[in-house]
Amino acid sequence: MADMKQLARLIKELEDQLVVCMRCGMCQAVCPLYAETGREADVARGKLALLEGLVQEMFKDPKGVNERLMRCLLCGSCSANCPSGVKVLDIFIRARAILTGYMGLHPLKKAVFRGMLARPQFFDRLMEWASRLQGIFVKPVDDLLGASCGRLLTPLGERHIKALAAPPFHMRVKPGSTSPRAAGLRVAFFVGCLIDKVFPNVGEAVMRTMEHHGVGVFLPEDFACCGIPALSSGDAAAFDKLVHYNLQRFAAEPFDFLITACATCTSTIKKLWPLMAWKLSLEAQEQVSAIAAKTMDVSQFLVDKVGVRQADTKSGDQKVLLTYHDPCHLKKSLGVASQPRTLLQANSRYRFKEMIEADWCCGMGGSFNLQHYGISASIGKRKRDNIVQSECETVATSCPACMLQMTDMLSQAGDRVQVKHAIEIYAESLP
Amino acid sequence: MKALIEEFEKVLGKDNVFQDEADLATYSYDAAVLDPVLPSLVLRPTSSEALGKVVGMCNEHALPLTVRGAGTNLSGGTIPKSGGVVLLTNALNRILEINEEDLYAVVEPGVVTAKFAAAVEAKGLFYPPDPGSQAVSTLGGNVAENAGGLRGLRYGVTRDYVMGLEFFDANGELVKAGARTVKCVTGYNLGGIMVGSEGTLGVFDKIILKLIPMPPARKAMMAIFNDINKASETVSAIIANRIVPVTLEFMDNFTIRAVEDFSHAGLPVEAAALLLIEVDGHPVQVEEDAEKVESLCRRLGAMSIRVARDATERDKVWEARRAALSALSRIKPTTVLEDATVPRSRVPAMIRSIEGIAREFNLTIGTFGHAGDGNLHPTILTDRRNHQEWERVEKAIESIFDRALSLGGTLSGEHGIGMAKSRFMEKETSRATIVYSRRIKAALDPKNILNPGKIIGD
Repeated sequence: MADMKQLARLIKELEDQLVVCMRCGMCQAVCPLYAETGREADVARGKLALLEGLVQEMFKDPKGVNERLMRCLLCGSCSANCPSGVKVLDIFIRARAILTGYMGLHPLKKAVFRGMLARPQFFDRLMEWASRLQGIFVKPVDDLLGASCGRLLTPLGERHIKALAAPPFHMRVKPGSTSPRAAGLRVAFFVGCLIDKVFPNVGEAVMRTMEHHGVGVFLPEDFACCGIPALSSGDAAAFDKLVHYNLQRFAAEPFDFLITACATCTSTIKKLWPLMAWKLSLEAQEQVSAIAAKTMDVSQFLVDKVGVRQADTKSGDQKVLLTYHDPCHLKKSLGVASQPRTLLQANSRYRFKEMIEADWCCGMGGSFNLQHYGISASIGKRKRDNIVQSECETVATSCPACMLQMTDMLSQAGDRVQVKHAIEIYAESLP
Repeated sequence: MKALIEEFEKVLGKDNVFQDEADLATYSYDAAVLDPVLPSLVLRPTSSEALGKVVGMCNEHALPLTVRGAGTNLSGGTIPKSGGVVLLTNALNRILEINEEDLYAVVEPGVVTAKFAAAVEAKGLFYPPDPGSQAVSTLGGNVAENAGGLRGLRYGVTRDYVMGLEFFDANGELVKAGARTVKCVTGYNLGGIMVGSEGTLGVFDKIILKLIPMPPARKAMMAIFNDINKASETVSAIIANRIVPVTLEFMDNFTIRAVEDFSHAGLPVEAAALLLIEVDGHPVQVEEDAEKVESLCRRLGAMSIRVARDATERDKVWEARRAALSALSRIKPTTVLEDATVPRSRVPAMIRSIEGIAREFNLTIGTFGHAGDGNLHPTILTDRRNHQEWERVEKAIESIFDRALSLGGTLSGEHGIGMAKSRFMEKETSRATIVYSRRIKAALDPKNILNPGKIIGD
């Protein structure tokens, strides 16, 4: 529903957020993309300046801006390091929705919209206007966005099928729900696309761990994608549909926490669902904020709520060296970094060792990897080099997308390093 | 123009000539609160040969040229001339030599300051200048601006570490200044005029920097005062007692409150002022100096003193200072960071003046900075979109300059003159100074292509 009223509202909110950037340029120090290319348009400051230039009509090239806006991993390193606290990801997500919506607009409507941008003081009146025009324009825009949704999701699917060797998680584990026992807690498990289709063993490790700790699990019959691939491509309409679908599934039964083993799903549900919820019904908005508040990464749940602790280690044991890669969406977006490390050190078979730049992005960035494989791979190579330099035999992480990227990079270089999810390492220690 | 672009592409490769409007727009600003200006072309040479060539070509075609490192300038020095060329140095980023026997390093201009400092530190050596933007700023930019930092009091500023320079003149001819030796009186001191010239007299190709041994020990402490004058007397007393701390930083009550709101570090929000002090050197001397500083602080009326006992506590002391600009900048959308500097003994008078100016123009100003060297950072918090308030901000900035000058100070301690302060130059110097500087500029750059309009105006 990228109608004019919504675009106008998004732009207005965007303006207030854009002005927070003081152009200090500190984001250059942490942007994994800028480190490879050295181009200002690749770093947050450059993109924010472009968006502001567009809103202020300093130049008129929405297509050029959109192309540059899409060259971003959405890793949030800039945001986490920003002295003035610019909400870079919120801005980029909104801007992608605006530009995709805008470029899908009929030329006549574009003209009206441009007029709005140039004269913000008429915004409110034009928004009333737009609401009247809505009926005329909404339909074609919807059709267009619907099409882009299909176009978008297919290549992701194709790519992952290649990696798929076994039946997906949803065919291995029956949906349903179990009651809480020892822990007195019940979680809803949001499996996510990659764990379902590529890493079903990670999903199984989650189930086994919950069973071991006597945590009740609610696994809905079917679930949709968390919506990030659609939203990061600016397809807010497809995103809304996916959120709606998921809300219905998870409304079926009560639970204390919603857990995922995917850093990206966790941060999407926790941060982006609420960010984009303003156009949903009041009831749905409440549902979204309730779910977002209960959502957490599986390691955070196990350490903070169940009380898993590091194992007592005896020195001199024959141990497998293990390191950890911080997924951006877990550490930079949600500040979760110590819990997965605790979880890893709960398995006494391994000896934990930090690699350098453990929180430097792996370069995956979801669809970024599909569109800019060359740059994605050179960022990934830096990660690979750091893993190899740590001399560890296993690298763990908390995000299946990072697992894909690290597997790709390590196997291309012929390194004999295993890539595992933190929950797999922990589950190995269970009787 | 089209033929010229093709020429540039031949020299630099197509990938290093940016001409799309959207790319140009990302080189139209720096960190100063000024309007962006679009260049017509952005060039990124990857070798010194190419760098010299494109400088010569710009001169031949009378194209204004602005060199840009990380674009962190706070006075508009990297904002291009409309229709001019932006010349990027970030592909010239090699550390060519770190000489441990003779204590110097040779670098290309695009090397990032913090990366250089880390490489030097890995060899047990020390490059002290540490501007606030060091995580991204380039050494070329530091030299062009004569950048300062927190350690100025004891270790000086960038100028004190430049032993030699190789730079291209406006014609693209290579000029050499200084040497790899501690002593060098060969020819004019061309390096002297190049340091701090803000890209108006030449384009750096190589920089020879002095290194010193890393001091083996250091100790930090935080002293809290209920009276700005007491804090300031303490600063003077420390130096009068022949102790020169590495850093002697000041934060006013407004900044203390902002930092506490932001990071909940447990700062005393009622305190009038904070001093953050660090001494370094030989371990025995560090202990002795730290004790002396502590007793001076007590004697001169500090309400409390926290001495860091280990690295973690030291980090905690500095956390407050590091958070200062972040904490302030989050209060309002626009942050104007000034750097008018006064002789150290006039710091209390300057702080009182700034408080008065904030009241007079009804503005929010937080002040922190380098009390040890008189370089304060009055930080005006505003919203540039509020035109009425912005007019008051401009008047307040002028008042701050006037006041600093009347106290025997200077317009800029470390951010440079650029475009933001060029019209105030005459206030501090004289008409003759401007004319003299313009004659130098005209003689060395007759077509006025090198960062025109900066420092001395057009």
